Amino acid sequence: MPADATTTGTTAADPSAARQALADVAHEPGAAKPDPILVADHVVRSFGGLTAVDVDHVEVQRGVITALIGPNGAGKTTFFNLVTGFDRPDSGEWSFNGRSLDKVPAYKVARMGMIRTFQLTKVLSKLTVIENMRVGATGQKGESLLSAMFRPMWRGQEKSNTEKADALLERFLLIKKREDFAGSLSGGQRKLLEMARALMADPELVMLDEPMAGVNPALKQSLLGHVKSLRDEGRTVLFVEHDMDMVRDISDWVIVMAQGKVVAEGPPDAVMGDQRVIDAYLGAHHDSELTFEDEQRILAAAEAELENARKEEHT
Amino acid sequence: MDWQSIMSLSIQQALGPSAVIYCLAAIGLNVHFGYTGLLNFGQAGFMAIAGYSMASIVSTWGLSLWLGIVVGLLLTVVLALMLGVPTLRLRADYLAIVTIAAAEIIRQTVGSVTLVDYFGGQDGLTGFNDSFSALNPFEGRLGIPGLVTWRSYDFWVMTVGWTLVALSCVIVWLLMRSPWGRVLKSIREDEDAVRSLGKNVYAYKMQALVIGGLFGALAGFVTALRSAAINPSFFATDITFFAYTVLLIGGAARVLGPVVGAVIFWLLISALGLFFAQATAGADPIIPTWIMTSTQASLMRFIFLGLGLMLLMIFRPQGIFGDRRELALDAR
Repeated sequence: MPADATTTGTTAADPSAARQALADVAHEPGAAKPDPILVADHVVRSFGGLTAVDVDHVEVQRGVITALIGPNGAGKTTFFNLVTGFDRPDSGEWSFNGRSLDKVPAYKVARMGMIRTFQLTKVLSKLTVIENMRVGATGQKGESLLSAMFRPMWRGQEKSNTEKADALLERFLLIKKREDFAGSLSGGQRKLLEMARALMADPELVMLDEPMAGVNPALKQSLLGHVKSLRDEGRTVLFVEHDMDMVRDISDWVIVMAQGKVVAEGPPDAVMGDQRVIDAYLGAHHDSELTFEDEQRILAAAEAELENARKEEHT
Repeated sequence: MDWQSIMSLSIQQALGPSAVIYCLAAIGLNVHFGYTGLLNFGQAGFMAIAGYSMASIVSTWGLSLWLGIVVGLLLTVVLALMLGVPTLRLRADYLAIVTIAAAEIIRQTVGSVTLVDYFGGQDGLTGFNDSFSALNPFEGRLGIPGLVTWRSYDFWVMTVGWTLVALSCVIVWLLMRSPWGRVLKSIREDEDAVRSLGKNVYAYKMQALVIGGLFGALAGFVTALRSAAINPSFFATDITFFAYTVLLIGGAARVLGPVVGAVIFWLLISALGLFFAQATAGADPIIPTWIMTSTQASLMRFIFLGLGLMLLMIFRPQGIFGDRRELALDAR
């Protein structure tokens, strides 16, 4: 609902203007954006010996669709978890709309206007679709224990939330499933429901973790349209995706991660041709033949590593 | 075989104080497990805290019974907070471990020799229910003459008890139809999803733990009052598991599930007990002694109860009020 976007304090500026602004941004990792909504500095998260995320600096422009891509294990989902408060980094600073998110729990991050979805969809199976939607609304009076028992205190709000939910279900083509259990929906419908539910909170920034995973091709087009419509109503979208067609099709800006670091940034077409990105996905030596010396060197390095590992085991 | 007395005594149990106790305990578990998905295996601990607070305030410190009830409710809240603070941030199974351990700790503590002056050790406490029985308006035996009757004190406990059950059911119904209840059910389904929508999951779980514990406290008060005595054996671990059985028979996450479950549970368990007692009694029992003696027969009801539970899980896993469609979702 475009009308709602303005009520949440989102400056529903012309999306093309926001995209225009990106034209002057350097195609460099960590490039400064004219109007960043999300900024992360020196965010590091390691699991034991593995540094999953080590992002020096990254900014996400307001009002556009930014894609976060990278090979498996690049740390995209971990980075998502870190900025949304579902996981804590070992160090670093990150802020949303200029407010620091350090030590802010996930539910407060969501209340600030940054709502995420999950790679493995999390619908509330034994609740009906409409109940799933109602849960998404924020600031409900009836959700406090003291007023819960007295229906008149929350009836009006419930009614307006239901109207809003119905409108969203209509838009996301789920209205026929309104009274069905969410657990009975197909994978693609669950993705739609999760996205629609996120919109119940009128988020400024929508974070989609692999919105296309497990969605059949027929539904993909409609899902793409829905993601674009989020931008057109003035919201910012950051999404993780493996589907390069989708990335090329809808994103205004692409951030590439590999081995926990941001390795490249830029508009989709520029990034797809970037040598660093090709290297990240395919390995640095994918197009050059290894010489005998190279092979020997790699073999020696591997053996030395094995030897070290053996020594460590003994100590 | 005296079918008349089997029926009469079974109904007496099915509607009697025992059913009230298990019903209240199961209502609490329904809030914990049925609605919020919290695995509380220590409902007996909540009952013990409340029952012992009330009994010791009167018997040991000589104060009013009503003060005892207030203290019991307060300490139940404290117990819920103590259990919840460390465990509710963790996975559900941790709460299960902590609650079952806490219930045993409480039972062993009140039964300990060191505290015998306060809690009466294994013998427990008596003589605390005078102000409650003084309010008893009934006299003689009450009920339906020829079918089932109760002692006037039992009838008084039942009146108060079933009133509490009715009130509890209304409260649960009011809470669970509200947006607050919807958040609890959502937490049962997926915590992270609820967190991502801006709800403070930890606070909701804590509220659910406290409220369910308070229903358990009511069960504890009734336990102590109906016997006019209290001792540690009233709060053994199996009480919690029987309360779970009651909940599952009726159907979890249904307001009236625990009520129907408690009545059916006590009807079955006393009918089976009485049947096997009569079938093995006397000089020429119906079941010959080479099959089982009367001592062995007293355990048969639990064997049949287990069998009944298995059949319930196979043919009606959702309980009596449950919705089969909901369970079908789990299989996907």
